Amino acid sequence: MSSILNLFGKTPLTRRRALWGLLLIAPNTIGLFLFFGWPILQSFRISFYEWNAFNTPRFVDIDNFQRLYHDPMFRKSLINTLKLVGLVVPLEVGLSLFAAILLNQRLRGRLVFRTIYFLPVVTSTVAASIVWTFVFQRRYGLMATLLKPLGYGDLNWLVEPNLVLFPIVIVTVWQRIGFDMVLFLAGLQNVPRVLHEAAMIDGANRWQRFRHVTLPMLSPTTFLVLALATISSFQIFDQVYIMTARTIRGGVGGSARTLSLYLYESGFGQRSDYGYASAIAIVLFLIILTITILQLAAQRRWVYYESESG
Amino acid sequence: MMIHKTTSDVPPTYERVPLYLQAISYVLLLVGGAIMLLPFVWMVSTACKPPQELTRIPVTFIPENQVCRANFDGLYERVPLFNKYLLNSALMTAGRTLGQMITCSLAAYGFARFRFPGRNVLFALCLALLMVPLQAFIIQEFILINDFGWRDTFYALIVPGTFSAFALFLLRQAFMQIPIELEEAAMIDGANPLQVLFHITLPLSVPALAAFGVITVQAAWNDFLWPLVVSYSPGTRVLPVGLSFLIGQRNTPFNLLMMGSFLGTLPMLILFLLLQRYFIEGISMTGVKR
Repeated sequence: MSSILNLFGKTPLTRRRALWGLLLIAPNTIGLFLFFGWPILQSFRISFYEWNAFNTPRFVDIDNFQRLYHDPMFRKSLINTLKLVGLVVPLEVGLSLFAAILLNQRLRGRLVFRTIYFLPVVTSTVAASIVWTFVFQRRYGLMATLLKPLGYGDLNWLVEPNLVLFPIVIVTVWQRIGFDMVLFLAGLQNVPRVLHEAAMIDGANRWQRFRHVTLPMLSPTTFLVLALATISSFQIFDQVYIMTARTIRGGVGGSARTLSLYLYESGFGQRSDYGYASAIAIVLFLIILTITILQLAAQRRWVYYESESG
Repeated sequence: MMIHKTTSDVPPTYERVPLYLQAISYVLLLVGGAIMLLPFVWMVSTACKPPQELTRIPVTFIPENQVCRANFDGLYERVPLFNKYLLNSALMTAGRTLGQMITCSLAAYGFARFRFPGRNVLFALCLALLMVPLQAFIIQEFILINDFGWRDTFYALIVPGTFSAFALFLLRQAFMQIPIELEEAAMIDGANPLQVLFHITLPLSVPALAAFGVITVQAAWNDFLWPLVVSYSPGTRVLPVGLSFLIGQRNTPFNLLMMGSFLGTLPMLILFLLLQRYFIEGISMTGVKR
């Protein structure tokens, strides 16, 4: 008995402190485990069950995953998701880095520009997607007007299977640039001034200083932005749900369906196929996890961390 | 990780930029700014257009007939419960934000200042939750809420959102920056931990609380997927879900959709313009070295 008490501290005072600590963390910790931890664990279990809103759960081993493997719509959703990630991430990271570099100069009005670039971040994805849906309307949309002189005034952006991903990429990138830009700006401000001064004394020009001082010193931020952008691009849902709401949800022939949307439709659509939807969720999670681990492994090659904190 | 002035007011660069580079930078920034702003301009302009002007080619940016008021009334005629949706969004946002402030400050204080068995393991487990996106467990989250009998209630909208590993992490960092001597002095005077938290630690953490608060408000106001899953009736319908219904009715004209989007976006735009530096700080906090 006394040994258990000793776990909490050696003196009455430290025991009291330990008890207080546990009391303080209890609400949030219990809530997190009930509403996050437990469902996450269940997610893995249910993906091995046949379960919908109408039957009782039945263990079916890896049937759900085999069905996924042979499901053309799953394959299509996976490919669409990968395409979106492949388009969104480089555009988003590249443009936000560029904007941050421009705004990190001593320029009049830079705070105004920062505000403008950040505005889309606070806008709801749903409202933003509605606006962009109108921008991409055939013939009388803003995009059609802009592209008309080039001869592309009659493109049916949100219906053509070959085009439908571009509006989704554009609204996503437009909405996220400001967020990444702020992270990059914070990173740029942490680049020690002395390094630039030293490089200047050594005769390095502007480009050389950017390439050999700024970029390496910024690489931890670049890594973070890249990882966050990748993770969130795998979860694109709102944009697709809204922008294809007027035609066919998920695009003609599933041309805009993402894994998230397919998961949602499988689990909460007519079939309410919880087991199958959970299998999709597990695959999505494992893909994100794998890519994050790969990125973590690759960062040794290109991310520079100062040994001291500074 | 420090909460410091990041990008707000510090003059950024070490040297004057040559004139030609300045000129190029301005041109690029202006073009970029125009692209970022154009959808907002387009939204407001369309919200004030009569139906026949929606399909005009070429497009008009300043409507010839400005019918803002008529479109406003038209939106409420089409969506009589629009104010209800706004109110629901406000309730959900307030509930989650206040809830997180309470549960996460308590827990962050506990993790920052107290020693108890299992502390590091528990904290690591909480952080691990950050790695898992909602979509990976949304089915089970829904089943759990359903088992509680919370489907289509505000409990479903608010309660899971009152716990946060992210806020726990940020607030713990903020609390650890505060000199412990101040808290010890209060304790010697006989204050209990809750009194210390509410009278010393929290007042000293106002900037961090504000930064995390605006981020939470923004995320809750704009949350779509979870409300879409658990809300079944207008009584619990929040604004983004209401808007998604509106665009789903294929005959809704775009001027009304833009009016709805504008009204739904306006609160966050105002909040952002008023509390900009907290938004920026809140985001920078996630990025600065851990």
